[in-house]
Amino acid sequence: MSSNNKKWFSLNLSNRKKEQSSSCSCGNTSGQCASQQTPEVIDNEQNKDGFEQVFDVTMDRRTAFKKLTASLMIGAGAVSTSCSVISSDESKEKAQIDWEEQFKGNYRLMTDEEKQATVERLVRSYQLRTGKTINMSSKNAEENVLFGYAFNISKCQGYMDCVNACVEENNQDRNSQMQYIRIHEMKEGNGFNFGEADDNYYHEVPAEGHFYMGTQCFHCDNPPCTKVCPVKATWKEDDGLVVIDYDWCIGCRYCMAACPYDGRRFNWSQPEVPEEEINKNQHYLGNRMRKKGVMEKCTFCVQRSRAGKNPACVEACPTGARIFGNLLDPDSTIRWVLENKKVFRLKEDLGTEPKFWYFMD
Amino acid sequence: MKRLFVFINLIKDSLDTITRGSKGYHLWMGFLTFVMLVGMYCYGIQLDQGLSATGMNDSVSWGLYISNFTFLVGVAAAAVILVMPTYVLKDIDFKRAVLIGEGLAVAALVMCLAFVIADMGGPSVLWHMIPVIGVFNFPDSMLTWDVIALNGYLFINISIPFYILFRHYQGKEAKSSVYIPGALLSVFWAVGIHLVTAFLYQGLQSRPFWNNALLGPRFLASAFAAGPALIILVLAVIRAYTPFSIEDKTIKKISLVVTVAAQINLIMLVSELFKEFYAPTHHSESAYYLFFGLGEKKALLPWIWTAISMNVIATLLLTFHKLRNNFRVLFFACTILFLAIWIEKGFGLIVPGFIPGSYGKISEYTPSGIEIGVTLGIWALGAFIFTILSKTAIQIEIGALRYKKQK
Repeated sequence: MSSNNKKWFSLNLSNRKKEQSSSCSCGNTSGQCASQQTPEVIDNEQNKDGFEQVFDVTMDRRTAFKKLTASLMIGAGAVSTSCSVISSDESKEKAQIDWEEQFKGNYRLMTDEEKQATVERLVRSYQLRTGKTINMSSKNAEENVLFGYAFNISKCQGYMDCVNACVEENNQDRNSQMQYIRIHEMKEGNGFNFGEADDNYYHEVPAEGHFYMGTQCFHCDNPPCTKVCPVKATWKEDDGLVVIDYDWCIGCRYCMAACPYDGRRFNWSQPEVPEEEINKNQHYLGNRMRKKGVMEKCTFCVQRSRAGKNPACVEACPTGARIFGNLLDPDSTIRWVLENKKVFRLKEDLGTEPKFWYFMD
Repeated sequence: MKRLFVFINLIKDSLDTITRGSKGYHLWMGFLTFVMLVGMYCYGIQLDQGLSATGMNDSVSWGLYISNFTFLVGVAAAAVILVMPTYVLKDIDFKRAVLIGEGLAVAALVMCLAFVIADMGGPSVLWHMIPVIGVFNFPDSMLTWDVIALNGYLFINISIPFYILFRHYQGKEAKSSVYIPGALLSVFWAVGIHLVTAFLYQGLQSRPFWNNALLGPRFLASAFAAGPALIILVLAVIRAYTPFSIEDKTIKKISLVVTVAAQINLIMLVSELFKEFYAPTHHSESAYYLFFGLGEKKALLPWIWTAISMNVIATLLLTFHKLRNNFRVLFFACTILFLAIWIEKGFGLIVPGFIPGSYGKISEYTPSGIEIGVTLGIWALGAFIFTILSKTAIQIEIGALRYKKQK
């Protein structure tokens, strides 16, 4: 979707150049997506070494202040914990980590080194608390990748294997039975009538005279949820994933009110997952452990998708109703579906441009 | 240097003033303190358990806190209705009432901020919102606009009365060239805080109940009815219990403002109802839920019909000069109007926005005891602040509190 034919209007008040998102107009099946070029980012910090890396950087006043404040706070924390004589080394380290984590910055604005550092702190903190080691990634979006999803309404039988796989993969709170995916059981002959659909059924499926439709976060190309966040704790990554920095979220739930697709979940209590059920293969933006009072949502399993795997729901689906892939790769299955099936999206009139299409055989 | 000295003296004197009073005053303040402590205890439980201690859930994700916040923004904005004629149009009449109005605005704004903080999932990381050390998503997020608008308005409403009282405290006249620009700014700002707060909801395409162009103007109309109505009631209390005299003329003038605003508010209500029910669409379901209930789910029915009938009765009473000029009727009308708008602009506006949910699911909302406790605590906080502010202001204005007078 190039900026001159987008369906919504946005004021460019802050004089920023709107970044050209490398999304594609696959609905038009023009096949030109691959020809889009992303400008190469020239990294001129590569040639510097030693103290130059620290001192010789262009920095505006804002970042300078930010760095000063951050280092002051970390310093104060370090002093307060390391000067204490009564605590053991381990609890000192824990306090140090907690302090740095409390006052770290927004993940999106971090450099790769800072991302690595916070991930290491989180892994170490988990080790100190439970004695177990987890594997956490901070892998960035790859170039020329834009994730998209298609759902075959004819194939889905309502088995809910996707829901269970999602909960296990993404370490969702077991107490409140949080689920990212909802499967709506609809009566045949009534069309797509969500009002009369049942998304909380406990009977044998497929039920006679019913069909099934799954919803989750649609990873919109023009997401209303990221726009309203007062602290930019949620944003759209370059590969199209709409993600949340759980540590930056202040829990105001404005994004939840703004989402037209019920795609967001809030941790009303401290989320709990039994130790033996925790998926230890984690990503900072994905399935790492959350805390109470923050938002979370489907990330298309960022820990899997950025490692070249399908999301857990796609892998778990016994009927093959779920298709996931790179929209910029002309040979991908998702592109084949978009070009050969009559696809549609939900609530298109809202201008949200979901990257989640429905189709029928 | 001398100013600083005077300021320190003012603080001392006002501390003296607010800690002394009749038995009734002490009982009132003791009662408010007790309610605030209960509220803090409830908030402590909420901090410990998380927001699951409230009645909010995944479907209705904003409840009593945000409802009260929305309503109180309106009360705060209404101070302007007194500011304008007094400072700008030189209507001496209002001058005594206006300090009270501004004190009310300060108390309402403090309550607004307290309600927003009570609603946060992570109050410990609220510094993420402070510009420079955090990330402030301006101008994209309407919430950041609201933060600026509310804090700016709070600043204006503290500084103008402070300047005037500070001068009077020293026995000098306040210079109009100093406070008139501030008063003018506050007039525009008051309209601004209310529109921005309405835009917070109006800008969400996902919630058709809020996503309508009348929301902002109707916010204004109801605010200019509820706010001055409260001011009339407060003035009546002050007149009865303190030596601070307020003329009948002042109250009558304010009641005229309430009347016009209440009438406009009713017209807009009719327009809204017509749009929702003459040719109901899929988007009218929230309004159906609010006014008639959907199937078995009709939790808001008694509330909204109480609100509407009180609204209509109050507006009728106010419309007739004879009735309005009878103070007993006026105070009764103001009370029910205030309550009606509290219901209507509070959970009558916020809760139906979430019902039915994105996919038509209807789950109702009932506030929990903890939530009600915190809410009452914050209201007590507001009343506490207002009592302190108005007591000091009244003492200065009637000349009882003067620099170096007591020696």
